[in-house]
Amino acid sequence: MNKTLNFSSKFKAANTFSLLIFLSSILFILFKGLNYGIDFKGGTLIELRTNNIDASAIRSTLAKMDLGDVNVKKFGKDGDYLIKVEQKESTDNTIIPLIKKELTNNLNTEINFRRVENVGPKVSSELLQSGIIAISLSLAAMLFYIWIRFEWQFSVGSIIALFHDVVITLGIFSILSLEINLSIIAAVLTIVGYSMNDTVVIYDRIRENLSKYNRLNITEIADLSINDTLARTIITSVTTLLALLSIFILGGEILRGFSFAMILGVLIGTYSSIFVAAPILKFFKVTYKTLEKKDEKIVP
Amino acid sequence: MLNFSKINILIIYLIFFFIAIFSTLNFQKKDSEFIKKKINLGLDLQGGSYLLLEINSDTLVQEKMQDKVIPLKKLLKENKINFTNFKIGNQTLSFNLREIDKFDLIFYSKKDNLLNPYIDNYRSFELEYKKITNDRIEILFSKFGLLTINNSALKQSIEIVRRRIDDVGTKEPTILQRGEKRILVELPGLKDPERIKALLGKTAQLNFRLVSENSEFGVEKLISGNGEELNVSKRIVMSGENLIDAQPNINNQNNEPTVSFTLDRLGAQKFGRSTTDNVGKRLAIVLDGEIVSAPSINEPITSGSGMISGNFTFQEATDLALLLRSGALPTPLLVVEERTVGPDLGEDSIKSGVTSLIIGFILVIFFMLYKYKIFGLIANVALIANLLMLIGILTILEATLTLPGIAGIILTVGMAVDANVLIFERIKEELKTEKSIIHAFDTGYSKAKITVLDANITTLIAAIILFSFGSGPVKGFAITLGIGIITTLFTAYFLARHLTSIVVLNTKNKEINI
Repeated sequence: MNKTLNFSSKFKAANTFSLLIFLSSILFILFKGLNYGIDFKGGTLIELRTNNIDASAIRSTLAKMDLGDVNVKKFGKDGDYLIKVEQKESTDNTIIPLIKKELTNNLNTEINFRRVENVGPKVSSELLQSGIIAISLSLAAMLFYIWIRFEWQFSVGSIIALFHDVVITLGIFSILSLEINLSIIAAVLTIVGYSMNDTVVIYDRIRENLSKYNRLNITEIADLSINDTLARTIITSVTTLLALLSIFILGGEILRGFSFAMILGVLIGTYSSIFVAAPILKFFKVTYKTLEKKDEKIVP
Repeated sequence: MLNFSKINILIIYLIFFFIAIFSTLNFQKKDSEFIKKKINLGLDLQGGSYLLLEINSDTLVQEKMQDKVIPLKKLLKENKINFTNFKIGNQTLSFNLREIDKFDLIFYSKKDNLLNPYIDNYRSFELEYKKITNDRIEILFSKFGLLTINNSALKQSIEIVRRRIDDVGTKEPTILQRGEKRILVELPGLKDPERIKALLGKTAQLNFRLVSENSEFGVEKLISGNGEELNVSKRIVMSGENLIDAQPNINNQNNEPTVSFTLDRLGAQKFGRSTTDNVGKRLAIVLDGEIVSAPSINEPITSGSGMISGNFTFQEATDLALLLRSGALPTPLLVVEERTVGPDLGEDSIKSGVTSLIIGFILVIFFMLYKYKIFGLIANVALIANLLMLIGILTILEATLTLPGIAGIILTVGMAVDANVLIFERIKEELKTEKSIIHAFDTGYSKAKITVLDANITTLIAAIILFSFGSGPVKGFAITLGIGIITTLFTAYFLARHLTSIVVLNTKNKEINI
């Protein structure tokens, strides 16, 4: 890890690339939209285990019931299925026992209803709202924390990097039509924490190097600092990814979406702390004087 | 940074052992006799049902407003205030009057105001009025009046929900108020919540009313269970409030399941008087606006007990008795959120969660050994200590472990080594320029300190926000993540640093490889 890599020569290309991906993510989120799960859209979810019944048999049984939009898909092992029924206007509590009864009567096999969830329209919109508030609040809290620990340029830089990570992660979820549920919100918030963690380590070094080498410009300082912390950045990403891969592969079907979002987030977060958060300081004309100004303010 | 006084070392290890020892409580077969603390398993791991119920006080408010009609008219008459064009709205009363000033004085009187009582807690009257036109006013509940109705309905509902669930006999139910209109119910181990849902879905307002021959004034048409349409008087002979007990029975004569009930003294009096006066007529037993049965009164019933029959199965009779015993809900309850996990899925989740935890743990340990050799070993010892402390604190707090919570622990494993990696990398850098190894380690630790703190506080902020906004399982994730950060800081900066100091101080100035 001793050789010095020239990151700054790639900054321009990386920034263009980031901007492109960021904008297309926004376009996807706006026009293709996000695939909200029942947590945020309302509706009914049933996970069941059968003796290798065909999905089409379940589909045709449910189709007869006039439930509206029904989605049946394989979930993990053979014979395990996940049924999702869209929320209907009327909120009655009888839909679940009705579906259970129909399936048991028509499929001629033992059915194990492993999980049943039903979220009403009011609750789902509240959950979505509090999810959005939580993510916005965490971004604001990070902005504030970096602002008191560093200077405002750093604070804005780190938020842009965070925004970049969150939007691209959601963009990929939109492109792949992956489901957004409560655990994905948890993953996004953890990504915010992780990506911030990475950015702070590099910023810390940039701050230190700025006061140490005041003849270098910010791009050179960024390059130097990224190299200084590169080993740590890679090792921590690797250990975190090892843990996440273990959840992704062995943690079961329920945690798969969560761990996938986290893996994406760690990769994007690591990339962004090097190629977004560091170069962005150049645009704010950060020099060693930026630090001195703050010192003057504190000690009048 | 490498010098530890004996007392410091003692404190560090005492804290570690004190917390870590709690983690062992979870692995005992039997509960310890002294300390019964344990990590609770969330519903997603042990299986069970989560229900979120919402009360709807609209009809209740409507009824309460209708109850105001008679006292209001009486008050107006007593004070000789003329009114015309009296109308009962949905949740309002409106009428024309000239003497608004006079009315205002009486309406907002704090003394013995039966119509519009003053609520001391909120410093507000129950009702308020507003002028629609110059001589027409509308009476409605004030903000705090509505709040009082809502709160008492919610409290009463919680009490009745508790009685009904206790009566069914599920183990360790949790019943809590959530916000202003909701009740959270957690039923661990319950596989199928349909029966409970059905029991909670009925308000169970029972009353006894006389059947009328013709459709005169004060009579409504109700349909009975067997499709018979009867004219039933609106006047209530006796209501479920007067019931003190109800039990399912088998009728000796026809082997039909029935529900026998016992009345309190007041109820027995009312019931006795009505049945004496109306021998030969039919008495309708009305539950939630539907006739259960309408038997003929053969003789006066003055014993204060009776029997309800109505083609029940034994299960239905049992449920009806349960509903009558627990009392009527003040408003209907709606299930707005429901999550049920079967016990076998919970077991599978624990298995896969623990497997992925162990594998993730092993992967990280090998990677650190490969990367940092002896110091990797130190980081790994710190990691194990970290895990023990994390589980220990969760046990002390008797926290609830959910599937996302397990994911939080695994993530902590992955991210916990970060603190040590930051420190070791810093020391490596210092070693390049610094001749004295001890000095290099010393500055390495002090310089990395701020970075480690900054980096971990950001994650802690995310965890705290997640905890305050998340619900159920997600909260479990936030708890493990947040506590994981604190134990990480402790183990990296105290345990690992002490172990490092032992290694460094004992190798003196020989070669050290990080």
